[in-house]
Amino acid sequence: MPKDGGIGASTKRREDVRFLTGKGRYTDDINIRGQAYAWFIRSDVAHGKINSINTAAAEAMPGVAKVFTAADFAGVGGIPCGWQVTDRFGKPMQEPKHPVLADGKVRHVGDPIAVVVADTLEQARDAAEAVEIDITQLPPVLDMKAALAADAPKVHEELTSNLCYDWGFVEENKAAVEEAFKDAAHVTTLELVNNRLVANPMEPRVAVGDYESHSGQHTLYTTSQNPHVIRLLMGAFVLGIPEHKLRVVAPDVGGGFGSKIYHYAEEAFVTFAAKTLGRPVKWTSSRSEAFISDAQGRDHVTRIELALDAANNFTAVRTETYANMGAYLSTFAPSIPTWLHGTLMAGNYRTPLIYVNVKAVFTNTVPVDAYRGAGRPEATYQLERVIDKAARELGVDPVALRRQNFIQPDQFPYQTPVAVVYDTGNYTATMDKLLEISDHAGFAARAAESAARGKWRGFGIAHYIEACGIAPSNLVGQLGARAGLYESATVRVNATGSISVYTGSHSHGQGHETSFAQVVAEMIGLDAGQIEIVHGDTSNTPMGMGTYGSRSLAVGGSAIVKATNKIINKAKKIAAHLLEASDSDIELKDGKFTVAGTDKSVDWVGVTLAAYVPHNYPLENMEPGLEETAFYDPSNFTYPSGAYGCEVEVDPETGKVDILAFSAADDFGNIVNPMIVEGQVQGGLAQGIGQALMENCVYDENGQLLSGSFMDYAMPRADDLPMFKVDHSCCTPCTHNPLGVKGCGEAGAIGSPPAVVNAVIDAIQRAGRTDITHIDMPLTPSRVWSALN
Amino acid sequence: MAKVTMTVNGKTVSGEVEGRTLLSTFLRDGLGLTGTHVGCDTSQCGACTVHVDGKQVKGCTVFAMDVAGAEVRTIEGMANADGSLSRIQQAFQDHHGLQCGFCTPGMVMAAASLLAVNPKPSEAEVRHHLEGNICRCTGYHNIVKAVLAASGQDVSQIAAE
Repeated sequence: MPKDGGIGASTKRREDVRFLTGKGRYTDDINIRGQAYAWFIRSDVAHGKINSINTAAAEAMPGVAKVFTAADFAGVGGIPCGWQVTDRFGKPMQEPKHPVLADGKVRHVGDPIAVVVADTLEQARDAAEAVEIDITQLPPVLDMKAALAADAPKVHEELTSNLCYDWGFVEENKAAVEEAFKDAAHVTTLELVNNRLVANPMEPRVAVGDYESHSGQHTLYTTSQNPHVIRLLMGAFVLGIPEHKLRVVAPDVGGGFGSKIYHYAEEAFVTFAAKTLGRPVKWTSSRSEAFISDAQGRDHVTRIELALDAANNFTAVRTETYANMGAYLSTFAPSIPTWLHGTLMAGNYRTPLIYVNVKAVFTNTVPVDAYRGAGRPEATYQLERVIDKAARELGVDPVALRRQNFIQPDQFPYQTPVAVVYDTGNYTATMDKLLEISDHAGFAARAAESAARGKWRGFGIAHYIEACGIAPSNLVGQLGARAGLYESATVRVNATGSISVYTGSHSHGQGHETSFAQVVAEMIGLDAGQIEIVHGDTSNTPMGMGTYGSRSLAVGGSAIVKATNKIINKAKKIAAHLLEASDSDIELKDGKFTVAGTDKSVDWVGVTLAAYVPHNYPLENMEPGLEETAFYDPSNFTYPSGAYGCEVEVDPETGKVDILAFSAADDFGNIVNPMIVEGQVQGGLAQGIGQALMENCVYDENGQLLSGSFMDYAMPRADDLPMFKVDHSCCTPCTHNPLGVKGCGEAGAIGSPPAVVNAVIDAIQRAGRTDITHIDMPLTPSRVWSALN
Repeated sequence: MAKVTMTVNGKTVSGEVEGRTLLSTFLRDGLGLTGTHVGCDTSQCGACTVHVDGKQVKGCTVFAMDVAGAEVRTIEGMANADGSLSRIQQAFQDHHGLQCGFCTPGMVMAAASLLAVNPKPSEAEVRHHLEGNICRCTGYHNIVKAVLAASGQDVSQIAAE
């Protein structure tokens, strides 16, 4: 067992103490003397032409500093999109303008039209009532297929249609896939909806802008998962502020789940307004505002077909998906239904031929972008649902059908037909582990017990694969990314031996301050308490890409390993000098440098002091000091995988589904902090179960958001969920990063929705209703009951 | 604007508030006690949970004026007198009952309120009591475990892995 504080230990989180005592410092806790408050006036119609905005009365009201409209942003860039997808005909996607404030048209309920800035929030809010806005409503574009009709109203006049792109992958395989379907012994077809979700981190977004006129220095405090990305996008593309004059700070952030990756108009607004008004400007989102301004997730409508030969081997997969982009392209939106979705359509299986078609569509709804899993849950859901359906049609065990088609443990590295190469995995092992921890063998007895109470019990299985740590940068550049996807770290060893690590990753619940310190502690052999992790401030961390896509340990952790190795190499040279030995003879163990085979040694502090007080030091060969920076750009994605099992009880009288048990057997490669990993999986499961059973973002026929508050958008609460069984003992380490880690943040949300739906269909079919082969998520009592009746 | 006086975490405090000022706003902006968080505007999430005269209250559902003269306790008043974590706070750390920390103050206040009246709750009772507090990070597993542990019950058999 590792000692407490090293790799593999369930070290308690150091950040907890401040959170448990009310001492966390979230963005809304930041108040700057003299700050003004911004209140956004947002469109209350889905689609309309702005005829006029009259701000005179509002500007005359008490405390009002200014009312901003699009006219104030003439000459300012629009909100940029960070990924350009090329369509199946080789043309770039259609990319509309996205102004900071609506300019001439409003395109979704919540689109910002004007902003009142006043001395107090109440004054700003009161004055907002006095702003007169005249809008002529236009017919809203809501249904994706209708949006593509030739006579559909256009969300953006400057585009030729509402089609963002028509993407085919792998286009060259299309004909071969069609041939395979002609030759198939059996074809299973499924049409399904991946319901639109709202991320809803518990902390709403906040932005505070500050400006120093004497130095020209801007500071933005914001609820972001990636402060450097915001600095780059907002500085370079929107406001034209060079990096050295723009500091972005994301302090404690209360969850993100993807929704805090993107650069939002409110960030640019407060930064711009602080300079314009010569005083700090603060904006705090209300929850109602979050529902109509935070990027939303999923919203795919898909038809998937699976072809099998006479021996039940998968021979081809073909899909057609409509992916909702919403009204504008959010930062990474175009990449989600394409490169984060199509590349995962092989799943864990040896399917030789795959063709994925995705039509991305503009509608008059809130923009859609990555939400926990981002494209990968959509891929997994389709595949794992259609495989289950195929098993039922063929009368074979769904577990056996999966096993038969699994990529086998000796086939790695495995080149899929959808471009990616899985480095490691053992899907048979995770499936075995799942059946064990879920007591699959005892299911029949439990089902009989449920039946005796008039309830229908079902067991559902899903096996997922995820691609994390999207990279390398030159590859993603070819795929259309307008950014690199490396990560950075600076390891600063202080004179008396303590260490400050500056990471480009960002923790908003993941516990980096604890687990990153464990990595460095293990490598040098120090107590983790001597190591401090610093993140979230562009003024003191190296340029990094932030935290999303389960990348922090695999990419950010690897950068820390790389920088720490540089430290160790230099420290060994210093030790060699002090010990009058050759560098190559120096060994580092438990924070002590020893000349191999001798009792000559110098401890860690002896070396760090020598580095900063270089009296006895090889100054002619080496610089003093002990500080190193590393950038790590992975050579491949990482591929966590796992088997999930869900046991449900359906009440045939009401359609209510109860989750009785949920088990997860994941392969995350090596684990640094098992306690944190289990917590990540549990949280992901809750969000995935939420998608499967209750969460749904619904617009009415006018484009009004019906599920616009926590009273209407149902998320799991404590009494909706069981205790989870989470196992990560199956381990095939990643082969291409130094820690052998794969990433665990999104797995729970990826694997659980199909497991839940498969379980409900299993329960219904076991009860004899074999006519019901699919129900779209969320499986609310009403939907299940309606399917039964 | 009018003056309101109350006791917060054992200290008498007063401040100027409007009639519409919520208790949560007064605590955060008036007193600088930013441990009480505001996560919604419909009294659903419970991040703003505090104790008023010993009872669990959502700080965003009452006006500051309405609790004039009351004894209010917030997360800042929950640690032991020597500053160490109280039994409930320690259990949350020991069992990883928090991730981003935003719902945590409300969860701790709600848990304390439960244990005050039901010192040995069942798992179902804990889950039922926490129904008014939403956590988006943990899936509740470790929060429930922490509350059961804080009540002195053995949680070693609860499936963790």
